[in-house]
Amino acid sequence: MVDQLRGKSAIVGVGHAGFGEAPGFSAYDIMAQSALAALDDAGLKLSDVDGLFCTMMEDAMPVLMAAEYLGIQPRYVDGTMTGGSSFVNYLTSATLALQAGLCDVALICYGSNQRTASGRLVTASKLPPYEGLYNPRYPISAYAMAAARHMYEYGTTREQLADVAVAARAWARHNPEAFERDALTREDVLGARMVGDPLTTRDCCLVTDGGGAIVMVRADRARDFPKAPVYVLGSAAASSHRQISQMQDFTVTAARDSGKLAFAMAGVTPGDIDVVELYDAFTINTILFLEDLGFCAKGEGGGFVADGRIAPGGALPVNTNGGGLSCVHPGMYGIFTVIEAARQIRGDAPGLQQDNVELALAHGNGGVLSSQVTAILGAASTV
Amino acid sequence: MPESQGPDKTFRDGLAKGQINLQQCNGCQKFIFFPRVLCPHCKGRSLTWHPASCGGIVHTTTTVRRKPERGGDYNVCMVELAEGVRMMSRVDEISPAEVTIGLPVTAFVGEIDGVPAVLCKPVEG
Repeated sequence: MVDQLRGKSAIVGVGHAGFGEAPGFSAYDIMAQSALAALDDAGLKLSDVDGLFCTMMEDAMPVLMAAEYLGIQPRYVDGTMTGGSSFVNYLTSATLALQAGLCDVALICYGSNQRTASGRLVTASKLPPYEGLYNPRYPISAYAMAAARHMYEYGTTREQLADVAVAARAWARHNPEAFERDALTREDVLGARMVGDPLTTRDCCLVTDGGGAIVMVRADRARDFPKAPVYVLGSAAASSHRQISQMQDFTVTAARDSGKLAFAMAGVTPGDIDVVELYDAFTINTILFLEDLGFCAKGEGGGFVADGRIAPGGALPVNTNGGGLSCVHPGMYGIFTVIEAARQIRGDAPGLQQDNVELALAHGNGGVLSSQVTAILGAASTV
Repeated sequence: MPESQGPDKTFRDGLAKGQINLQQCNGCQKFIFFPRVLCPHCKGRSLTWHPASCGGIVHTTTTVRRKPERGGDYNVCMVELAEGVRMMSRVDEISPAEVTIGLPVTAFVGEIDGVPAVLCKPVEG
């Protein structure tokens, strides 16, 4: 069934723009610059694009705004909004559309100017009706409550949460594209301003400008482009709630389901994965996703990330670009998990390129741990 | 008997009278929150309103840090009521730092910015 889609589509171009601060540029400007960079990477033109996959933090119909801005009339569009996971989710819908012949060149793109426009996290969504009254700081309060419950049930410590941020920074220090590259210690994280117990500012992702884009084609023509193709071996989504109050178990995310499906489709296991790119909006995310995707047992994530295990030189390379915590986080980070995974496989990652990367996992998170989407990407040798 | 108004309005009308009411599914007997027109568990369409017991436990909690001049820190939590439903709430009468997971609380109807809201206080004694 779904394994018929294994390896049937490939990423042939990636691009980004406006990392950090892009004063004077609109979110759509940054989206368009990213799209052009990805098309240049693929040796294609905007006029070649006939499938557009996009959502933004602005507007009710961002995919139409994007098509209009780019001056294209795609015959297939998908603007499904599942938060930051949307762009990993588009790998599935782009694969389906390409495979069905609904389009031949799929462009996935995103951009945001939220750092220079407002300086804080922008959300397009209204507060949920039965939560807004209590004035939770959205989305931090939701993740803080998940972290608190994980600490209560499994003895996870603030030091272990801090180690996630320290590892992300250690990767970012080697990445010239990363926004935050100063040294960061466990003490720095613990001593930073508390924003929503148990999370300090350093447990939270950056607020930056930035955009990213991905070009995909059917596998049968993937070798006809300048860069080595990166194949989509598995991709799957799962969602468990929208409002944090409806999350069944605050220590278990739907990544358990999306991961299981994506691994089954790809025909590989967590032990086969060379690099892991997770949506680390907050330090607790990395711990939850490593557990739920099967890299360690439930409750053991805190111990797993401690002492540099996921940092450069550790046993498992996680968020090799510095992640949303230290590289870039323009409102929605999901597309950058795919871009970094693809570059690691191609061998042209901007920071610490790992040796012989054949299989990479990209995981997107949307809402308040609500939507989970897992993709497994592979080099030609894995198809 | 079909309801003459939507479930959200029924819930809020209750709050306005100082009552916390919850829907129970007539099929699987589970209580549900938030109010809606079907049971998300068994998908049954027949639901009946009951007054809540108001006994609960703090399932998880956070302190939202805020500058003193803007009103200071405050609590946001998830309370699990004895009926098995969970909702966002706030524990009053103790400092935010004293709100811990597992704390037994009593839910009551208070006000936030003039709007009736389900709030909690620690169980006395």
